[in-house]
Amino acid sequence: MKMMIEGSMGVAYMVMRCRPNVIAAYPITPQTHIVEDLSQFKADGELSGEFINVESEFGAASVVLGAQAAGARAYSATTSQGLLLMGEVLFNMAGMRLPVVITVANRAISAPISIWNDHSDAMVMRDSGWIMLFAEDNQEAADMHPQAYKIGENPEIMLPVMINMDGFILTHAVETVDIPSQKEVDEFLPPYKPEEYLNVENPLTFGNLAEPQWYMETRYKLQETQEDAKALIEKIADEYKGKFGRYHGGLIDTYRMDDAERVFVAMGSIIGTLKDVVDDLRARGEKVGILKIRSFRPFPKEKIREVCGHVKELLVLEKAISFGLGGVLQEELRSTFYGQKHQPKVLGFVLGLGGRDIPPKSLIKLYEVSKGKEISNEFVDLRPEVAPKGSLVTL
Amino acid sequence: MSKPIQITTKPGSSKEYKTGSWRTSRPVFKHDTCNDCRICVIVCPDSCVSGGDFKYDADLDFCKGCGICAHECPVDDIDMVLEVK
Amino acid sequence: MTESTKTKKQKPPVEESLLTCGHRACAGCGEALGAKLVMDAAGPNTIVATSTGCLEVFSTAFPQTAWRMPWIHSLFENSAAVAAGIEAALRNKGKHDINVIAQGGDGGTADIGLGCLSGLLERNQNVLYVCYDNEAYMNTGVQRSGLTPYNARTSTSPSGTESFGNQHQKKNLLGICAAHNIPYAATATVAYPQDLMMKVKKALKIPGAKFLQVHVPCPLGWIHKSELTIEVAKLAVSTGLFPIVEMQYNKVTRTRKIGKDRRPVEDYLKLQGRFKHLFTDTAKDELEKVRQIAQANIEYFGLE
Repeated sequence: MKMMIEGSMGVAYMVMRCRPNVIAAYPITPQTHIVEDLSQFKADGELSGEFINVESEFGAASVVLGAQAAGARAYSATTSQGLLLMGEVLFNMAGMRLPVVITVANRAISAPISIWNDHSDAMVMRDSGWIMLFAEDNQEAADMHPQAYKIGENPEIMLPVMINMDGFILTHAVETVDIPSQKEVDEFLPPYKPEEYLNVENPLTFGNLAEPQWYMETRYKLQETQEDAKALIEKIADEYKGKFGRYHGGLIDTYRMDDAERVFVAMGSIIGTLKDVVDDLRARGEKVGILKIRSFRPFPKEKIREVCGHVKELLVLEKAISFGLGGVLQEELRSTFYGQKHQPKVLGFVLGLGGRDIPPKSLIKLYEVSKGKEISNEFVDLRPEVAPKGSLVTL
Repeated sequence: MSKPIQITTKPGSSKEYKTGSWRTSRPVFKHDTCNDCRICVIVCPDSCVSGGDFKYDADLDFCKGCGICAHECPVDDIDMVLEVK
Repeated sequence: MTESTKTKKQKPPVEESLLTCGHRACAGCGEALGAKLVMDAAGPNTIVATSTGCLEVFSTAFPQTAWRMPWIHSLFENSAAVAAGIEAALRNKGKHDINVIAQGGDGGTADIGLGCLSGLLERNQNVLYVCYDNEAYMNTGVQRSGLTPYNARTSTSPSGTESFGNQHQKKNLLGICAAHNIPYAATATVAYPQDLMMKVKKALKIPGAKFLQVHVPCPLGWIHKSELTIEVAKLAVSTGLFPIVEMQYNKVTRTRKIGKDRRPVEDYLKLQGRFKHLFTDTAKDELEKVRQIAQANIEYFGLE
């Protein structure tokens, strides 16, 4: 059913359709609307799962860990400082192979405190072992939830999945979202039936101590499973398209890339802005396209190489930075092409941190002025009094 | 694709791991004045004393020789003797 | 042997303990003994969540486990929250007949895990939380915790020319838990196994959140002979330093009286190397402070 609703409510509806047995969450802006909506569904008797109000995000993550280990389907949502506070538990869930799904309403990290959007929070968790997906718009964010459960709960995957949606830009934006019926989602997503769970009939021990002769094998298997998940993420996106008629990409998605020589690479809601920018540039005869990274972990190196055979330059736009290195996404793209026969030039831009607006005119300008240049970690739209000499695009 | 590594363990599998070699002294259950109170069973931190009907013994595969059973026996029916090999 | 003593014999609830042999606790470990008694009292129809610490490390070295019930360890500070998740999952699936126990040491409970524990108690979820109190971070090498008693020597509260050991009071964990107005909060000790097991069974029959603090001597950390674990635990009670009480809805409902069995604190302290520094001429005042703590406990709970 098509509804004109907030991104958060779209997610809440789809989470409910996934029939989680246990939801635990702690309020933090801009995640709050998702869990408020779920609480209301519970109060109205629509949501059959338990909603547990906890004392912190650390507690929320731990409650859903316990629930999932007990054979339940579990859900939480958070952002920013909350995601950091969950961090220890997130690594633990991946190590314990518990396919929890959480939504992250991406937000900047303090200090200075900022409640506005960027991807700094998610990037901190990139080595946690979680599958990390980034949604472009509210429909995709909603649709990602049944897909995420189906990916994570696959007996050969058994990994938690983080769905990233840009805080405020998506969570608080009202758009038309098509929410499938319960029956349709049930047909797509079967109940969670793990082979092993906390069960008095088969009293296994979970969370053992691994001495040096065992620990490394668990890490090897996590890496191997991340690689295995690549094919499954694509397969499930196709399956979703077959069932619901909507496709937002598999590991990646492309836009007007067929003959593109210069290609924007980005994640999340900026893709929407870029589509307008690319249409404008195309109208002026520029051979430009978009590569959307939908799955950041596993990182789709092979798929990216496959679609970039003819591309000369990648313009990577990222809303996060690894201090002392630079943009993570641009470095990962450089490594993707290192030693390959075809090596597009990778230009790296950092933008939109802490909710800094990303107007199309800035994107068009950076497209124009970066031609023929070598660029790494170029901050876009800095205030002129701070921007270094030679900055390409300033406020 | 291959299955995730099984990081769970089967109930009670620790019995494959013998801790008896840790022992420096050994309980000797004399079966003399035993009053069948079962305190030796109850107080063993290693869950390795068992028996019944006035006859109890420690499983020396696991007994670490802590001596609690001998110390707590109300009728002095357990001696601790130095383990000599 | 008369017939009457024979009929009084106490049968264990299960043949093989639910915390079975082959675990790697130190000889004479009070925590292993305490956990064994708690598990056997709870029975096999129980799911257990355990904090990081000695208990988890000595019992679950992969690929083995000493537990014979469904058991999970996640992190140091979250066993209460993990148990809350388990309870919620069971409730949602309509499995109302399975016990859920969360457990941890004194550090995992009273320090780093206090937030999650408070959340569990506030929500009054149907979980029994058991704190095995051996009064320091034993797994990492006997560092002080919030439950280390006053003047005890630990590796991070050593005695020296300027110090008599831990200079903070033992946190009133029972009071903190009881103040959540939960239906049952109690203390117990491995010194009195029947009382401990009775309290576990009693707690598991009460719906809602329950808390049990179990005093468990640590021969390694307290520096006493391994065979003295129970004797030391008994002296903690009879000196007034570890009161045995039950509380319901934040009111004391039952206490173990000391009465004529009362012993001077020195009898307890002298058996343990962690208090050795209190038996010097310069420590007289400090010894007196420990006496005052015992006296205050006895008066507060009316243990005489």
